[in-house]
Amino acid sequence: MSSTGSPASPAFDLADDVRAGRRRAVDVVEASLAAIAEREPELHCFNLVLADSARQRAAEIDRMVAAGEDPGPLAGVPVALKDNLCTRGIETTCSSRILAGWRPPYDATVVTRLDRAGAVVVGKTNMDEFAMGSSTETSATGPTRNPRDPSRVPGGSSGGSAAAVAAGFAPLALGSDTGGSIRQPAALCGVVGMKPTYGTVSRYGLVAFASSLDQIGPFATTVADAAGMFDVIGGHDPADSTSLDRPTPRVVSVLGDGIEGLTVGVVRELLEGADPDVVARITAAADVCAAAGAHVEEISVPEVRLGLSAYYLIAPAEASSNLARYDGVRYGLRVDAPDAASMNVATRTAGFGAEVKRRIMLGTYALSAGYYDAYYGQALRVRTRIVEGFERAYHQCDVLLGPTSPTTAFPLGERLDDPLAMYLSDVCTIPSNLAGHPAISLPFGTGDDGLPVGAQLLAPALGESLLFRAAAVLEAGAPAGTGGAAGGVA
Amino acid sequence: MAATDLPAGWEMVVGLEVHCELKTATKLFCGCPNVFGDEPNTNVCPVCLGLPGSLPVLNQQAVELAMAIGTALGCEIRPSTFHRKNYFYPDMPKDYQISQYDEPINVDGHLELPDGSVVGIVRAHLEEDTGKTTHAGGTGRIHGSDHSLVDYNRSGVPLVEIVSAPDIRSATQARAYAAELRAVLVATGASDGRMEEGSMRVDANVSVRRSPDDPLGTRCEIKNLNSLRSLARAVEYEARRQVELLEAGERVVQQTRHWDEDAGRTIALRSKEEATDYRYFLEPDLVPVVPDAQWVTAVADTLGMLPAARRRRLEELLTTDGAGTGDTPGGGAAPTPAQLDQIATVVDLGLDDLVVETVAAGVAAPLVLARSANEAATDPDLARKLDPVAFAGLLGMEASGSLSATQVKAVLSELLHTGGDPAAIAASKGFEAMAEDDLVSTVAGLVADHPDEWARYRDGDDKLAGFFTGLVMKATQGKANGKAVAAELRRLRG
Repeated sequence: MSSTGSPASPAFDLADDVRAGRRRAVDVVEASLAAIAEREPELHCFNLVLADSARQRAAEIDRMVAAGEDPGPLAGVPVALKDNLCTRGIETTCSSRILAGWRPPYDATVVTRLDRAGAVVVGKTNMDEFAMGSSTETSATGPTRNPRDPSRVPGGSSGGSAAAVAAGFAPLALGSDTGGSIRQPAALCGVVGMKPTYGTVSRYGLVAFASSLDQIGPFATTVADAAGMFDVIGGHDPADSTSLDRPTPRVVSVLGDGIEGLTVGVVRELLEGADPDVVARITAAADVCAAAGAHVEEISVPEVRLGLSAYYLIAPAEASSNLARYDGVRYGLRVDAPDAASMNVATRTAGFGAEVKRRIMLGTYALSAGYYDAYYGQALRVRTRIVEGFERAYHQCDVLLGPTSPTTAFPLGERLDDPLAMYLSDVCTIPSNLAGHPAISLPFGTGDDGLPVGAQLLAPALGESLLFRAAAVLEAGAPAGTGGAAGGVA
Repeated sequence: MAATDLPAGWEMVVGLEVHCELKTATKLFCGCPNVFGDEPNTNVCPVCLGLPGSLPVLNQQAVELAMAIGTALGCEIRPSTFHRKNYFYPDMPKDYQISQYDEPINVDGHLELPDGSVVGIVRAHLEEDTGKTTHAGGTGRIHGSDHSLVDYNRSGVPLVEIVSAPDIRSATQARAYAAELRAVLVATGASDGRMEEGSMRVDANVSVRRSPDDPLGTRCEIKNLNSLRSLARAVEYEARRQVELLEAGERVVQQTRHWDEDAGRTIALRSKEEATDYRYFLEPDLVPVVPDAQWVTAVADTLGMLPAARRRRLEELLTTDGAGTGDTPGGGAAPTPAQLDQIATVVDLGLDDLVVETVAAGVAAPLVLARSANEAATDPDLARKLDPVAFAGLLGMEASGSLSATQVKAVLSELLHTGGDPAAIAASKGFEAMAEDDLVSTVAGLVADHPDEWARYRDGDDKLAGFFTGLVMKATQGKANGKAVAAELRRLRG
């Protein structure tokens, strides 16, 4: 907390220092690169560290400031980008062998918006291959380790981004969230991670995993920083047909509004499979809401129990189609063979890892003639039921509360050979993706093992303002010393 | 439509699927130019190359052209969605095609053919085209080639696929349907309808049965029909092949077949059992297209007259202004078969406005139609720009006997290229009709020079009229009008 009592915003404070000439962007970036140099060999947060271009960009920003120009609200702030966000001329691999060496000829819309805000990209972060995983262990470049305990996973799929922020490599990062891939690693690494309403952040330039679920969102050490970054990256983009063409309210301005008089629903089904220490923390979080003047009640949304099954049909189905283009014809890996069809097979066999292959097979099967209705069609009907379940809940409540992950960070290797156990890591986060609703995870104390517990807040579509207001209240009431960065840039 | 000459007791049933490239400025889902014939892979971007992270954005002009086609075919225009059709092929960058599937934009229309028969239209939906593969080395076919080149300029070009009902009963009707559909597509401005450039591509579904009351037989789909002629030949061949199979006690296997133009036969490509499972599902990167009534009306208002209506307009013109037709003296009668052909030609070449306006300028419809369908049609591009008043002036000179048919043709040729006053052009060619005094004195002189022949003519030998006409033409170097000469001869005979 800052001394004024308003929510702390270290990344934007840092930018304000740079804009005012109190601090040089090159120094900020050097501090970031120094932190990376120190711990990156151990943690492997990045597939690519962009030291040279970051230094150049920082120098440019300092020149702008010296010339009296304003580089923007994120002037000089180091930012880490998940390696499924296209960066012009810079390798973008999705941590897959099949995209090794691919340099997109264009920037993702969010990358352009960060650039215009004066941010400095310091690297492309490690992830589960094509964002398929919950531990960053399916990466072709090897796993990322959790900065809080390097014997543990950072969660996933955006594990590199979460760990980079937790390790203090950069105060802000972007990830993508298809079934919890921002919130779950944020919870396991003890940082803030937010998935916006589907359609509020442009997907143009995000390498697709499951198009109807994917959404880009921020990682930060504080709620206010996450809100500020959401304000920078959000808003309509004509290049994405699913982007909502409506003015996005700036959430930063409502952060201090509190939640007095609002109703917070604690979702019984989200607590069902959670470890007791995690449940205890969420109960404590509910008490913080009550103490802030909110009406807290337990609520049942039984439909969310169906989320995991529906998700593991819908997401692989879309993925099986989205990943068809990696055929060795135009870019990325090609394994030569006598004819085109054998070349496709040889390339895909060599280029994709086991989890990606598993999901392509699952999805192909779910969409096949004779199975479509029983699997994919049924999953779509369940998806509608989940939306209806949330609608009912939001008649009664303004925001919902639950854990982000049923457990704290688990040891490397523990679930890698048990896909079902791995899939269960996302049981609390998936329903928001299926509904297209916003949700945020923020650190709220630790488990019995001393590792961070994430509290998850959920809001109805376009309820970002409510979501951030409640998150700011929980952040202010969280037990001391459980969130934020471990060191580095601050 | 008359049945084909399939062996007695057999009927063919044909439905056509026509793919038509839309004449939009840009591609269906990106801003790349939609141009045929540019250097390979110059009109491409991340979207039409299917690069990771790229997303489609629907082209409004393509939607409007699809709606125009639907309106022209009398379809219901409905809210529609896009699906992904998944299959691997090197010229398809995403390895799926974005296409409308169970909710197409146009359904339930019909097309009236020139002979009055009507073919149902099941649907006319939007989809994207693929790139184009060239197999290099070896024979140029995929087998035996040593490498393949892919041009993605065509990738993402907007297509409308128009699916007919199985209402076609002969090869002739199949051809007439495709020709009429092409005319409609051109008339709507949606397509240039060039089959040879692939901007209109036809697949035919053919089956046979013994009686119209029987259920539909097993069908085969024929691909690679690059011309109207190929279409008619392939349909005829395929129907006969199926009849022969069935008469020999064998059965027709549901197949996709390739038309081999040189061999004049269809060849099996793949059977239904080998057919790809396309795993269609709703395209999550696009939102539904929901045209409101106002938009549908606005598009309909941009449509000009369609070929069937344009033909009808000329038929009515002949019926009301048909005096002087050889077959129907007195006028007011139906057009002759020859005139129906002329109408079809004139409409096909876009010369129907010229006909209507020239008739309005005071020339009899049959003459205008005949000269438009024959003489003017030799250069339709110029003829469409012809001033109807000048054309009427020229044909008026023919009607009044001032110019011969041959002279009209010569004057028209110049009029098309240079424009101007037809009378002046005729004069410059020395075609001006002889003054009546000159004709009278010329004829009188020749009669005096040939007293024996004149005596025979005067005594009733009409054959001698030709002898004197020939002399006059020779003496006047063809400037005399034949009808005027004959009239003068009759006058002198008394």
